[in-house]
Amino acid sequence: MKIAVCLKRVPDTEMRFAIAADGTSLDSAGLKYDISDFDGYAVEIALRLNEQQGPGEVVVVALGPDALQETLRKALSMGVDRGIHLQADPVPYDGFSIAQALASELAGQGFDLILFGRVATDTGNGMVGPMTAHLMDLPCVTAISRLEIAAGKGTAHRELEGATETVTFPLPAILTIDEGIARPRLPSLKGIMAAKKKPIESRPAALGPVRLTVDRLELPPERAGGRIVGEGPDAVPELVRLLHEEAKVL
Amino acid sequence: MADTFAFAEFRAGAFRKVAFETVSAARRAADATGGGAVTALAMGAPGLSGKAAELGRYGADRVIVVEHAELARYSPEVFAGTAGAQLKAGSYRAGFFSASAEGRDLAPRVAAALGQSLASDITSFEITADALTARHPVYVGKAIATLRLTGTPALVSLRPGAMVAVEQSRTAQVETAAPALDPASARVVVTELAQRPAARMDLGEAPVVISGGRGLKSAENFKLVEDLASAFGNAAVGATRAVTDDGWRPSSDQIGQTGRLVSPALYVAVGISGAIQHLAGMRTARVIVAINRDKDAPIFKVADYGIVGDLFEVVPPLIEAVKRARAEHQ
Repeated sequence: MKIAVCLKRVPDTEMRFAIAADGTSLDSAGLKYDISDFDGYAVEIALRLNEQQGPGEVVVVALGPDALQETLRKALSMGVDRGIHLQADPVPYDGFSIAQALASELAGQGFDLILFGRVATDTGNGMVGPMTAHLMDLPCVTAISRLEIAAGKGTAHRELEGATETVTFPLPAILTIDEGIARPRLPSLKGIMAAKKKPIESRPAALGPVRLTVDRLELPPERAGGRIVGEGPDAVPELVRLLHEEAKVL
Repeated sequence: MADTFAFAEFRAGAFRKVAFETVSAARRAADATGGGAVTALAMGAPGLSGKAAELGRYGADRVIVVEHAELARYSPEVFAGTAGAQLKAGSYRAGFFSASAEGRDLAPRVAAALGQSLASDITSFEITADALTARHPVYVGKAIATLRLTGTPALVSLRPGAMVAVEQSRTAQVETAAPALDPASARVVVTELAQRPAARMDLGEAPVVISGGRGLKSAENFKLVEDLASAFGNAAVGATRAVTDDGWRPSSDQIGQTGRLVSPALYVAVGISGAIQHLAGMRTARVIVAINRDKDAPIFKVADYGIVGDLFEVVPPLIEAVKRARAEHQ
């Protein structure tokens, strides 16, 4: 199958964050960037599908600054065939603007599947996949935790609150991938060497108009936490009293 | 005067709590922009119309009911097509969805159909004639963005539990409408909806969440967490990723960066150290209680009330004390 994986380059959330002088973005000093968590699962699923179902092509597509190329290169070292870098610096916050760029890039290229991660770890929105599907008039299933493809049709599971949906859909389709479906492989040394010779095309992203922007970015207020009620079982009566009288949650 | 729109989720014969939250938010937005009318859209199997008037209690003036035998289960294309058509048919300043599992699938499709952006998973908002501003946790809760959304209707999805549904005395007029497309023509079809056996409340809806971590030492010991949840009566049980990865609890119970994001009134962390990925899923809880043996565990930095001690010694008397307190104060 011909599969595209749309991924996002995001800062490693283990790092200590600081707000940049503009007050609307992160201070990039010292940040490390990587493929967003769920997008890594999407890359893995794409590679496995083609390993199981015979040869095909896996292409990674992403928007970002020039430094994005090293992130795309990591996907190539996992076994992806080629990359497409859509230049945007910075990448707008507006998911609909991004979806328009991806839809115009991916249209008419004959992809059987276009995969996204369920959400990106930076914005946590998960909107670009279903929006791109609408713009391309493709069937779309989001947040899937299981996937089977046979004879041009797919069956997927989605986890809802307290329930699991089984969903069927025809190909071509857009899917967004939840975790648990397949742990991303680590690039092998051979894969890293091979990735150096794989092509990455680069061109400007055909972004749509931006109507959703970040006015302000702040670190969360420190919770007034840290109050230790006491030690061991002796502290239980005081905790229950506080929950009832002060917090009013009991 | 600006009219607003809310999508009200209905599942298994009842409105979900998030339906009252979206209607209530639409009411507040209408009132904030001069007091227009609130229209709610509800879709489901026949039987829904008998319940539709309930939305009046949360501020709906009009409820559009779309009943169809094929809509007992969610159908992304039919729901999105119908919501999009209803939004286009009115003159709405804003449209409210939930950032529930269903709403996270639905709202982006509707937004794209209207050619609009979407402020997703917001925890609060302000609206004026020109713009909607909203707060949304980003970078797995390590930063908070204030977003500005222009365009009409302004479309948003609300983080479940983050905004309280406010009851009021309104009477909603109930109308019926047909789905915007024939359910038989949908390409994506939900063929089965398997309810997981759950005697308990859902994590996203429960006012109290009791979560357990590695400190419980084994799957069997989760009975302590279950019993504490039963003592509260209105509680759901969650877990850390370490616990779900070990198979002690199903992955659907995982709270954190890659699991559920919850905002209950009370969150009790039992034997949880408080890794950043876990905090990302629960730090917006109103009150946090932590029980942990290690006084330096990061969970105590976010906890409103902490008990340092062996959970196997602390939780059993806590279960009894909570039972007594509930018996006394009810």
